[in-house]
Amino acid sequence: MAIHPPADRIWWNEKLTAPEVIWISVAFVWGLIMFFAMIYWHAVGDQNLSNEAYKISPEVFAERTEAMVEKYKVREEGDTGIPVVRPPAGSDIYMLGRLWEWWPILELEKGQQYRLHLSSMDWQHGFSLQPANINLQIHAGYEMVITITPSETGEYSVVCNEYCGIGHHTMVGRIYVVDKKK
Amino acid sequence: MAIAAVFRTCPDTGLKVHSHAENLIKANAVVAVIFLAVGGFFGLLVALTRWPAVHLLPADAFYLVLTAHGANVLLFWILFFEVAVLYFASAILLNSRLAMPKVAWGSFVLMIIGAVIANVAVLQGESSVMFTSYPPLKAVPHFYLGLILFAVGMLGAVLVFFATLVIAKDEKTYEGSVPLVTFGAITAAIIAVFTLASGAVILIPTWLWSMDLISEVDPIIYKVIWWGFGHSSQQVNVAVQVAIWYAIAAMVLGAKPLSEKVSRAAFLLYIVFLQLASAHHLLVEPGISSNWKVFNTSYAFYLAVLGSMIHGMSIPGAIEAAQRRRGLTQGIFEWLRKAPWDNPAFSGMFLSLILFGFLGGITGVVMGTEQINLIIHNTMYVPGHFHATVVAGTTLAFMAITYLLIPLIFRRELVFKRLAKWQPYLFGIGAAGISLFMMGAGTLGVPRRHWDITFTDAPLTVEMPGTAFLMMGLNGVFAILAAIGGLAYIVVVVGSVFFGKHRDEAVAKANPVIFDGGEAVTQYGSEGTIRIPGTIVLVAIFFTSFVLYYFVNWKYLSEVWPLR
Ligand code: HEM
Ligand SMILES: [Cu+2]
Ligand SMILES: [Cu+2]
Repeated sequence: MAIHPPADRIWWNEKLTAPEVIWISVAFVWGLIMFFAMIYWHAVGDQNLSNEAYKISPEVFAERTEAMVEKYKVREEGDTGIPVVRPPAGSDIYMLGRLWEWWPILELEKGQQYRLHLSSMDWQHGFSLQPANINLQIHAGYEMVITITPSETGEYSVVCNEYCGIGHHTMVGRIYVVDKKK
Repeated sequence: MAIAAVFRTCPDTGLKVHSHAENLIKANAVVAVIFLAVGGFFGLLVALTRWPAVHLLPADAFYLVLTAHGANVLLFWILFFEVAVLYFASAILLNSRLAMPKVAWGSFVLMIIGAVIANVAVLQGESSVMFTSYPPLKAVPHFYLGLILFAVGMLGAVLVFFATLVIAKDEKTYEGSVPLVTFGAITAAIIAVFTLASGAVILIPTWLWSMDLISEVDPIIYKVIWWGFGHSSQQVNVAVQVAIWYAIAAMVLGAKPLSEKVSRAAFLLYIVFLQLASAHHLLVEPGISSNWKVFNTSYAFYLAVLGSMIHGMSIPGAIEAAQRRRGLTQGIFEWLRKAPWDNPAFSGMFLSLILFGFLGGITGVVMGTEQINLIIHNTMYVPGHFHATVVAGTTLAFMAITYLLIPLIFRRELVFKRLAKWQPYLFGIGAAGISLFMMGAGTLGVPRRHWDITFTDAPLTVEMPGTAFLMMGLNGVFAILAAIGGLAYIVVVVGSVFFGKHRDEAVAKANPVIFDGGEAVTQYGSEGTIRIPGTIVLVAIFFTSFVLYYFVNWKYLSEVWPLR
């Protein structure tokens, strides 16, 4: 029994039965398949994280974000005072996380590519784009750059899903995806 | 050490039981159960707060209680119980005395002091940093100090375990190789050393940082090392829990592993690939290369997963073989239908095996896939997944073995036998429910560790789908069920330990706990003629679910915004 020393002292010479051999082989091959699936997706899939990241100070990142806002601000969101920014398709766009907001609001065109830069001003935050359900971890001092292509028009929320203190559940942002201007 | 060893002979097994080993097992198990009671209660409060219609606690209390829940159950309950299991698997199963009882008691006291200090820190309110305590969030210094003391104590206990193995070998208290269960415990202990060392390496500088003696702790390096502790300790849990599955199958049914070789090799795979798993928590982090992520998240080529899949066949296979030996040979599943479903040790063990495999194992591999993690990271899916592994799997397995430890080690008969009979089902179904509904909510985007998914106080409106609210409500309902199951466990354990009938030799003879089916069952090995068609069917169902669920998630991923 499993609670006694093996009855068969030379247990390492036991022969395996067919079901054992088959299952171990199947499971092993399945592991290989799952491993290569990730590599395959890097080659042909459309959803991969870039490995592009930089060390950056929060101040510098904030400056770049503010510069973008200055240049491309189109309006303010209701009476919140939060700027809505519409940078040209194909450009570099910035969103920063800080206690407790994702800033600014971005307005993007469907089907266009943007290089999205993300970083935090203070603690760790979770960039969770809803309802698309894309989730990224954002740190202060690190700038993450990914190229996104919004594929559906609509109003998207950015929720913080990394605990960041008592205001965590109020930390939200927004991205509008609109049709291309004729 | 000059403590005279005092032994009794176990009427059930004929093994010598060292009094220090016995008392330490009792002490660690009892303290574990206290932390489960406290931590489980916090868990219920958390679930009731996350039930949108109830929304029990205010925000600050919620984050405090959530921190306390994670620490008390995941660290204190599990690790105290594991110490008890380590002593059981060494001193008791090897028929030996326990090495260095003074160190063992010292470790025990240190662990309690550490756990209490950490709890005080959390309850004081300035340390609601979650049990992961990611910098730059800062807790009070004694929060980290408590965890460090706890880890050092645990390290002491692991040392006692290894020393006991050496003594048993020296004093030739057993013949041949150690039992498979002990082998599993050795696996766990080896991983635990790595785990606890990682914990110390990262928590000590963080503690210094909390006292302003160090200016900065890099949050990404912190995560890499912290999860070397946090995730590898889950590997410890898996190893212990699998060892318990084998132990219960052996004790209740006389099941012998199909193949010692295969089962031991499967444990070895855990050791070899233990250090890699912290990647699971870093898949969507900036500044870490995909090469590193892919290699580490898959434990090379899913070789540690291979280990678990092997156990997933060999344990039901061992049970089936034993049952068939006994004459339960009708059809494919008579052996399973006529299993001792009213013995809570067995039912708890089998539920734990099934729920861990189907709910916890499959989802863990899926969400640990580098790219699929993008649609899961930090959503409710994550706690959904690990309540399947660590609650429905590990906790339920620990509960199940308790029903054997009470007669064997505490030498008491169970009280409230009817309640005990139902307990694994109540808790198992409750735990399965919270896992499933949290995962469901996660796929709909509900964030974890979050007080308010109506976002009432947020400057912008956010609309979560109605089904997400439904899921969180159902999670609350099943949380109540799990809490009732947990309470039933505590009532039975406390009742039996303090008021159960003393189990003297006569009682033990009349009411044996260890299966005694003679040679026929225990002698069966893989070289025999017995087939295990039922197990093959179970494994085939498992594998089909695994493959389907895996590819469904790739499909989901392929539908989100292209990004690169
Ligand atoms: C009555 C039983 C339990 C219930 C109802 C319960 C419920 C919950 C809920 C609702 C969450 C919060 C998820 C979130 O908001 O992010 C949670 C978190 C957690 N639970 Fe449980 N749980 C129970 C038992 C356990 C047990 C036995 C363990 C460990 C062995 C455990 C480990 C954890 C951990 C580690 C967390 C994460 C805390 C964090 O995010 O920092 N739970 N639980
Ligand atoms: Cu945040
Ligand atoms: Cu947050």
